[in-house]
Amino acid sequence: MVTTLADLSIGQSARVTAVEAGGDLGVRLLEMGLIPGTDVSLVGKAPLGDPLVYEFRGYRLSLRRAEAAVVAVERA
Amino acid sequence: MALATDAAVRTVALIGNPNTGKSTVFGALSGVQQRVGNYPGVTVEKKTGRMTIGERKWSLIDLPGTYSLAPRSPDEMVAVDVLLGRRADTPAPDVVLCVVDANNLERNLYLVSQVLELGRPMVVALTMTDVAESRGLAIDVERLAERLGVPVVPVQAHRRVGLDRLKSALATASERPRTVGESPFPAPFRDEVDRLAAAIAGPDGAEKAPLPRYLVERLLLDTSGYLEGHVAVHGRADLAGQLKDGRARLAEAGCPVPAVEAMARYGWAARALEGVVTRPRERRAGAGDRVDRVLTHRFFGTVAFVVLMALIFQSVFTWAVPAMDLIDAGVGWLAGLVEGSMAEGPLRSLIVDGVIAGVGGVIVFLPQIFILFFFLGILEDCGYLARAAYLMDRLMTRLGLSGKSFIPLLSSFACAIPGVMAARVIEDRRDRLTTILVAPLMSCSARLPVYTLLIAAFIPPAMLGGFVSLQAITMVGLYSIGVIAAAGVAWALKRTVFRGPTPPFVMELPPYKWPSPRVVLYRMLDRGWAFIRRAGTIIVAVSVVMWALLYYPRLPDEVEGRFEAERQALLHQAEQADDPKATQQIELELARIDARAEGLQNRRSLLGRAGRLIEPVVRPLGWDWRIGAAALASFPAREVVVATLGVIFDVGAEVGDEEGVSRLQSALRQAEWPDDRPLFNVPVALSIMVFFALCAQCVSTLAVIRRETNSWAWPTFSFAYMTALAYVGALLTYQIGMLIAA
Repeated sequence: MVTTLADLSIGQSARVTAVEAGGDLGVRLLEMGLIPGTDVSLVGKAPLGDPLVYEFRGYRLSLRRAEAAVVAVERA
Repeated sequence: MALATDAAVRTVALIGNPNTGKSTVFGALSGVQQRVGNYPGVTVEKKTGRMTIGERKWSLIDLPGTYSLAPRSPDEMVAVDVLLGRRADTPAPDVVLCVVDANNLERNLYLVSQVLELGRPMVVALTMTDVAESRGLAIDVERLAERLGVPVVPVQAHRRVGLDRLKSALATASERPRTVGESPFPAPFRDEVDRLAAAIAGPDGAEKAPLPRYLVERLLLDTSGYLEGHVAVHGRADLAGQLKDGRARLAEAGCPVPAVEAMARYGWAARALEGVVTRPRERRAGAGDRVDRVLTHRFFGTVAFVVLMALIFQSVFTWAVPAMDLIDAGVGWLAGLVEGSMAEGPLRSLIVDGVIAGVGGVIVFLPQIFILFFFLGILEDCGYLARAAYLMDRLMTRLGLSGKSFIPLLSSFACAIPGVMAARVIEDRRDRLTTILVAPLMSCSARLPVYTLLIAAFIPPAMLGGFVSLQAITMVGLYSIGVIAAAGVAWALKRTVFRGPTPPFVMELPPYKWPSPRVVLYRMLDRGWAFIRRAGTIIVAVSVVMWALLYYPRLPDEVEGRFEAERQALLHQAEQADDPKATQQIELELARIDARAEGLQNRRSLLGRAGRLIEPVVRPLGWDWRIGAAALASFPAREVVVATLGVIFDVGAEVGDEEGVSRLQSALRQAEWPDDRPLFNVPVALSIMVFFALCAQCVSTLAVIRRETNSWAWPTFSFAYMTALAYVGALLTYQIGMLIAA
């Protein structure tokens, strides 16, 4: 079941519902555009499975698995 | 807001996301008239420049690339303070130039929306329009300007396109004030800001220096508390309490902090961009995408990565050598010239052995710096650097660092100086400092002469198990000691001095593009010049001091006299001999006399005496005072220890070539303690090598650390902890070695 960005498989996309992290990480993710309503897709994974690369709003962002896991999503 | 008077110099500040080509725009506008300094107290570089528009002089300030003007640390506060004109050392900008990447308008507009609220005259420079075109994006620039309310000028700085239009837009914008447009925030938020502003201003309404509205907003939005602590709001009771209440009210009104900012600004950006950007029907898989698929592929990506890293490493390690040799030869030629044209004496020695040697010791690093930053410039400009950090991140997190530390640390295997300078790309202060502090532990190329000399002299050329050379194992072992020590120190630092929450990795992977030669060249020269200017002075100063410590006190006249008498006797012999072989022998003898005189001078110098003084301290390492003095003398540069050993053991300083090395090796083998025990054995050789593997005997590295950290505390700490580590390492090596040998 896809509940966070970390659960996506390569090529899958989903829509952000919430950013469940406070502090520096939460603000960073919001600033970069991962706000509720944003469509995000997973583009790739590093050789060891971490970090991951996502595409949204026309650009690519890499996140560690632990960071992607705080972004709650729903399959669009 | 006061308008600039006609005669005054006008100021423009550049701001923008990273990877937008902002530095290229800055470089194109200010040309060669650039200066780099530091804002006091922070590690942010102060980049300023000058240009002329029409009749008027302009001053440019290049602010660090950022995704958002939300200061959460002193480094981030600098940009905000400069833009608001709150820094005493920097004039308030008359215009703000916002550099925006045409490929990434939505995210770039987040920052633009913040800058718009500052109320200063503004111009937007739209970059990378050529890349956008190739991806099929069409941008209606006029409509964008209309929506934003500020002029938008497309530029291609690396091709010098659009610069004149940009300059005239800047000039025009600075002539009139700007009306701040509608705020992107919902009404409840705006009301709270009004409320807070009134509370801060106080009952009398007139504050001496009223807090700009933007900062009042940020007080509400910044949940980290940094701004609260930083902005002195005198006499207003309970700012913390008011913020808490305000945020609670906002949460209730459906505008929770901090999410309300991102929602508001991205919503505004979407509306502003409606009809401005036309995307192609399907997303074109550009060449960049295909390249990325390979370069970040599980297998091929790793292979490509290893090949590229090996290339960089090899280039700094090996390809810099011919240039360095050339520089050495040049310096030697100059020294010879001065020596020939001046009378012997302290002044000549000071110039030749102090100043020229010192300057030579600075310039010799330029090939390595240039080569590394040439390659790094290419990788960064084409976009691969981010991929490298991405691929290495998992491994580096084991050490408590991030992927961005990998290349600086790898480069340090060739030379820590460009490695430390490359650590600048690490945004997180704690990670950056940790990387800078462990970089010198990577066994750099200067340690090789020490390793090769001692390994060849004292490690038997035996084969372990018949196929692995003992000497090779020792070499690998020494490199490993450095890496293991670095891992340990990094781990310890991240647990103690730099303890704190793991900084977010959240890193943009910019689209690939062809690196611009102008950008790469500029970056390379900039780093080299910065090194010379900021580190060079320290290095030359230390060289002169070391010179003095070795030059004084001079040998007493009667001792000099005895050496001279020996030389005269030999010359007399030479006159009488006919045989060329005998003449050659006599020349050798003369050289030996010079070496002995030099050795005696060295041993009796201040440095030599310092060596004697510390002998009790180095005895447990198996060293005698001569080795101690050589270690002290190597403070300017590690490789100096070889030449110093040559001098102290009466072989002379010319031990660079094969013949000199073997003479030195046999001198070392024959060296003895006063009680006739041999001075050197395997444990002693190992302890010397371990000491040099871990020590900080490189003033150039310390000078660069000082420059990059903008403080004396960190280089001092570096020196202290590495010397302590080296001492303990050498101690353990010797003591354990002797136990095993017994």
